[in-house]
Amino acid sequence: MFRKILIANRGEIAVRIVRACRELGIRSVAVFSDVDRASLHVRLADEAYPIGPAAPRESYLRLDKLMDVARRAGCDALHPGYGFLAENPALPRACEDARVTFIGPPAEAMETLGSKTAARQLARRADVPTVPGALDPIEKPEDAQTLAQTIGYPILLKAVAGGGGKGMRLVEDEGQFASAWRNAGSEAMNAFGDPRLYLEKYLAKPRHVEIQILADLHGRVVSLGERECSVQRRHQKVIEEAPSPVMTPELRARMGEAAVRLARAGRYVNAGTVEFLVDEKLEFHFLEVNTRLQVEHPVTEQVTGLDLVKLQIAIAAGHRLPFAWESITPRGHAMEVRLYAEDPENNFFPSPGKILSRHAPTGPGIRLDDGVYGGWTVPTEYDPLLSKLIAWGNSREETIARLRRALEEFAMTGIKTNAPLFRRILTEREFLRGEIHTRWLDELLRAPAAALRNGNAGAEAAAVIAAALWQANRDATSAETRAGAEGDSRWKTEGRRRQLDRTP
Amino acid sequence: MKYDVSLAGKVSTVEIARDGRQWKVMLNGQLVAADAVELSPGVFSILLGGSSHEVRVSPAGDGTLRILSGAEEFSAEVVDERAWRGRGHRAMETAGRQSIVAPMPGKVVRVLRKQGTTVAAGEGILVVEAMKMQNEVQAPKRGVIQSLLVQEGQAVNAGEILAWIE
Repeated sequence: MFRKILIANRGEIAVRIVRACRELGIRSVAVFSDVDRASLHVRLADEAYPIGPAAPRESYLRLDKLMDVARRAGCDALHPGYGFLAENPALPRACEDARVTFIGPPAEAMETLGSKTAARQLARRADVPTVPGALDPIEKPEDAQTLAQTIGYPILLKAVAGGGGKGMRLVEDEGQFASAWRNAGSEAMNAFGDPRLYLEKYLAKPRHVEIQILADLHGRVVSLGERECSVQRRHQKVIEEAPSPVMTPELRARMGEAAVRLARAGRYVNAGTVEFLVDEKLEFHFLEVNTRLQVEHPVTEQVTGLDLVKLQIAIAAGHRLPFAWESITPRGHAMEVRLYAEDPENNFFPSPGKILSRHAPTGPGIRLDDGVYGGWTVPTEYDPLLSKLIAWGNSREETIARLRRALEEFAMTGIKTNAPLFRRILTEREFLRGEIHTRWLDELLRAPAAALRNGNAGAEAAAVIAAALWQANRDATSAETRAGAEGDSRWKTEGRRRQLDRTP
Repeated sequence: MKYDVSLAGKVSTVEIARDGRQWKVMLNGQLVAADAVELSPGVFSILLGGSSHEVRVSPAGDGTLRILSGAEEFSAEVVDERAWRGRGHRAMETAGRQSIVAPMPGKVVRVLRKQGTTVAAGEGILVVEAMKMQNEVQAPKRGVIQSLLVQEGQAVNAGEILAWIE
């Protein structure tokens, strides 16, 4: 087993990996940019080293700085988390050169499966169905436009190097093409350092269903079942759950087999996710492979009882997968919401800043994978994901009730979060019935928002009273400060009082 | 102390007085059975006739207060009757000229429309990047971009005026 692991990431995922290391008795090494000195991952890790300015390109994306820390701290392994360099084959290569074990797939597997176009070519060879579109990155916008006309709008522009909705644009008609191409390309360049795009047909009401796989160094590949991530806002997943409300044992087996087939064809090792779109006839189409740990991995952990990060570490250390089975049947239900620093009432604009107060929910069936704490300032330079709130229970109904209860307990001031969005979604009839698709949330948000208020007059009266109390406190404090500034210093007064006391 | 609190479109009068470690509360002239405790700065537990409420108050930065009462969110303004400091009476925008402000701190990555061009309501004027997402800042109404105060690559703060539309 490893002695010391470098965590080449920040935020909640760095915290998650620190925790796995701690449980395994492995020392954890964090890295931090100038604005992350006081971040939670730095506080929780055994060691932490600075890697430069706030801008990711000057810190978390700098291979040389990361490898330098690995060398200086004497790390024998590196975990990339997700995002940043996690899907960049240069990272496993640099690790190899530095004799540091990379906790993830080999560079070659990352190249074949991580490149969306190469992965789709491989999928076709491995007999895994795909969505119509281009298989190669398209250099010229004119060529892309011609192809879009051939397969028909709407189409999706996607970053070859991308993920998480960045560098992705939906183009509904010809008129939107030029600006979408420009924006997607520049966003891809900023996020991944690679502006190349490809395009594919946009299916009607598809569900996003993905299969978690694990592959060890001894040729064993298993499926850990699916996660449904159809609730998305602008292609960004916001709620994930397992099992999928439409899953059948037969479909799970077929999708699991397809995912395993593809992973084998790409000589994949470690944890990976094979994403599919499932259409209304429950036919599945391969979308892409995420050659890393997913944000939503806790959902799978809750229904399988496995710890994916610890399994990733064990696989990298050369251990065999400790399962007798080839695929798993989930137990109970789990659901995750991604709490972002953004303002749902103002077009979901990012809302960085200082967290003045917060209350973290706990209790039966609740897990909070956290990257923040009260008093910490959320920086502007990174992804707005603050925490992931996960609930699990015996049924989907119980899980939703728990999640709703936890969201009622959750409170944060100083910055805005998207918690109100989840409180709303978790009461929507279609969501409760599991009748969701990847465009469902965007359509819901386009419709005029029904009053979110519970019409609770008590809550309103309490708010009014609290506002007055807050103001009274503030007035009292400023009066005190004024008095202090105008009069003598309190130290002087106190000193004189003591002198007087001493005088007999 | 007496305050007017404007919340959810209604103005209520709240009179509060210290009563030992407790507060005595009059809401709109009526004495209410309220037991209020400040748990930590800005966090109050309020028992209103026996129902338990947890309320978090924080300044929103524009003179208003953001209030979380249970899972409900409110924006409120407090006016102290004794001290009319004119707070909370921001000047109305003149009908003709309107400012476009940065919705969040970030960086201007692209300017889409030049000074002097006519734009339609909802048309993108510039793109601000924050937290790895690029967000188009759009014209609030139809008009001419009278002045553009920022350049590509420039860092902006939330609320900073980016352009004027006439």
